[in-house]
Amino acid sequence: MIKMLSGNEAVARGMWEAGVGVASAYPGTPSTEILENFSLFPNVYAEWAPNEKVAVDAAIGAAYAGRRGIALMKHVGLNVAADSFMYASMTGIEAGLVIVSADDPAMHSSQNEQDNRTFARFGRVPCLEPSDSQEAKDLTVAAFRLSEQFDTPVLLRLTTRICHSASAVELGERTKPSAEHKPFPRNPDKYVMVPGNAVKRHPVIEQRMKDVAAFAETFPFNRVERGEDKLGIITCGISYQYAKEIFPNASVLRLGLTWPLPEKIIRAFAGSVKRLIIIEELDPFVEEAVRLMGIPCEGKSIFPITGEFDPRVVREAAIQAGLLPASAHVALPEVETGPLPSRPPVLCPGCPHRPVFYILNKLKVPVNGDIGCYTLGFIPPLSAIHTCGCMGAGIGVAHGAAKAGSPEHHVAVIGDSTFFHTGIPALINVVYNRSAVTTVILDNRITGMTGHQENPGTGRTLLGQETVKLELEPLVRTLGVKHVQTLPAYDVKAIEKKLKEYVKLDEPSVLIVVEPCALLPEVRKRWVPLEVLADKCNGCTLCFRIGCPAILKSEELDEKTQRPKALIDASMCTGCEVCAEICPRLAIPFKPVKVEAGE
Amino acid sequence: MKEAINFLLAGVGGQGTILASDVLVSVGLAAGLQAKQAEVHGMSQRGGSVTSFVRWGEVVFSPLVGAGEVDVLLSFEKLEALRTLNQLRSNAVVLINNQVIEPLTAISGDQKYPSDKVIKDAFAKVSSHVEFIGGEEIARSLGNPRVANVVLLGALSALLERDGVAGPELTSETWLTVITDRVPQKHIELNQKAFQAGRDAIKKTGI
Repeated sequence: MIKMLSGNEAVARGMWEAGVGVASAYPGTPSTEILENFSLFPNVYAEWAPNEKVAVDAAIGAAYAGRRGIALMKHVGLNVAADSFMYASMTGIEAGLVIVSADDPAMHSSQNEQDNRTFARFGRVPCLEPSDSQEAKDLTVAAFRLSEQFDTPVLLRLTTRICHSASAVELGERTKPSAEHKPFPRNPDKYVMVPGNAVKRHPVIEQRMKDVAAFAETFPFNRVERGEDKLGIITCGISYQYAKEIFPNASVLRLGLTWPLPEKIIRAFAGSVKRLIIIEELDPFVEEAVRLMGIPCEGKSIFPITGEFDPRVVREAAIQAGLLPASAHVALPEVETGPLPSRPPVLCPGCPHRPVFYILNKLKVPVNGDIGCYTLGFIPPLSAIHTCGCMGAGIGVAHGAAKAGSPEHHVAVIGDSTFFHTGIPALINVVYNRSAVTTVILDNRITGMTGHQENPGTGRTLLGQETVKLELEPLVRTLGVKHVQTLPAYDVKAIEKKLKEYVKLDEPSVLIVVEPCALLPEVRKRWVPLEVLADKCNGCTLCFRIGCPAILKSEELDEKTQRPKALIDASMCTGCEVCAEICPRLAIPFKPVKVEAGE
Repeated sequence: MKEAINFLLAGVGGQGTILASDVLVSVGLAAGLQAKQAEVHGMSQRGGSVTSFVRWGEVVFSPLVGAGEVDVLLSFEKLEALRTLNQLRSNAVVLINNQVIEPLTAISGDQKYPSDKVIKDAFAKVSSHVEFIGGEEIARSLGNPRVANVVLLGALSALLERDGVAGPELTSETWLTVITDRVPQKHIELNQKAFQAGRDAIKKTGI
């Protein structure tokens, strides 16, 4: 049966066909939909972990226990999980272990564009790279076989273009996991990585990579597509598609296993062509390895080291390098349209994060932000985030700045899911080493940015089970914070009063603001749009300063000020009433209060 | 069909652009062609620019289409259409939904939404196959503005036939089979009407 699947759906299908026992992930674009799709198959176990390291440990535990385990993440997630990735390479496993890294060339939704194939070489782990959805599925299945054959974790490296593009996939059969459970291994020489054992394991894994390299020579996903001998191209991943598109007559060596490399195949291929080029996105990973074999080739001297390729990028670079005639150039329409208004991402109408940023902007304090929807608080008119590096960084940065004697009071802003991810140890540091940092936890009870994934504060698991709802205030008090307050997120005045008090303290403080994400289906049902009373509005523009996309400039001008009055787009307004709270002329009436029966 | 056909779909998050491109790629597959689709979207959950490429052909390698090689543009919004102008091949087939969604930068900032004249003049310089249709109005006249994307797909199917982009292998039935596969039973009739209304809109305009 043939189905049109995205790369992410195809990996999920491959996981199901491979009979995965435990799948654990932390959401991150472009990888998120893999686990979401896998969780829809019957009788599977899939979970959102608090962070990627925990996810990898869970997958390792399953693989030690004799069940196929997989952990999935975006590229920067592997930085968080690197410690576990490295020891798993040392110990090996009892059943297949696959780590999926979805890299993001061009940084469509990331803070950097690191090439995670380097982790494979660094950790002595084989790396597989699919070129389309069919291979995304097939290589997922192959990854588990490879893992078991060579007693190693396997890195399945995807990129945004593989994850988020769709092509036809021929579905396969499922290999059911055996009903029998093996006893958990008691094998300390292999699984207890104290120095005395680790010293013995290191030569084992070096030999393992030599064995995999020999296997690579026969691996069917490494293949030569013979064309003219004038030009030979070594390529992998999505770049294979661009190579075929732009150089239809060239000889191509397509690598499905990009670490370790099949040296004999490469040497023979190089010897069969007059000019050898390497087409790969981001780092010269294959190129450097080929050069180390003593084989002359060109790669990053022709094609860019940054960003994502497409047919145009590859073609234009090839023309520059004399690989294609100048006549191959594709002209662009020459039409001057002038500057067009951009559509930058903004906090949604009704976003419960908005009041906190409106107030922080008023207080003029330095704000150390974090990764999530709320990073958008840096955009004007809110302009209230001044640093953002990676998951969980904000609290630590605020602490360090305070300890460095920064003359202002630092505020760290972090979401609920990010706080669970890596915020907790940083807050412990604030308390333990006594810095007067104010931490604001924006608790919307869900992982918002990646599209509403459950987290430990949601009270429900990925598979829909009821579970413990982790409450933030008791947790924060237990960590030793004395000044803790939980407030509803739309209560502008109460938040302002509390933050003004906290930024004067010389002790750690935590403000938790709670309100479910305005886009959650159950919240959407409660949307009641507000309106502006045009006769009361005098165009003071205060409500424009909260940066709500539902508040528009009316065409009607105020007679005195000649400034446009405010207008609310009823199709977008959720009725959060933040604008009503700050309007000095009461021109935006609050919703009528519903009194429940019996109250 | 020798060369691949390169489609670009553009719109604003929440308009159904991705759903329409899902339909389009499946129509290609159902017509016995190779087909690939690639979404390009940024961080924004909704309200941001969304584009999607679809390619049909005997053989299709790249899921992305390079600038200057778009054969067919389907835009759900006028400003987003203009934003993709430099990606079109000369004389590309262009279908633009007459909808305006003002971005925040034009509402509360100093940037200006381009006038209809600017938009029409710009496209006229690139292609003589440019059509504007009121997808929302047509959908509303059928009782549900949410089927505007199916109205647009209907119009697109008629345009591809009229301008000779698609071969005879692509029938209305192929489109309708793919569309009805994706909608709940109770909405099938509405979607069939929306598709037909889109086709009729193109037949009426002519050139």
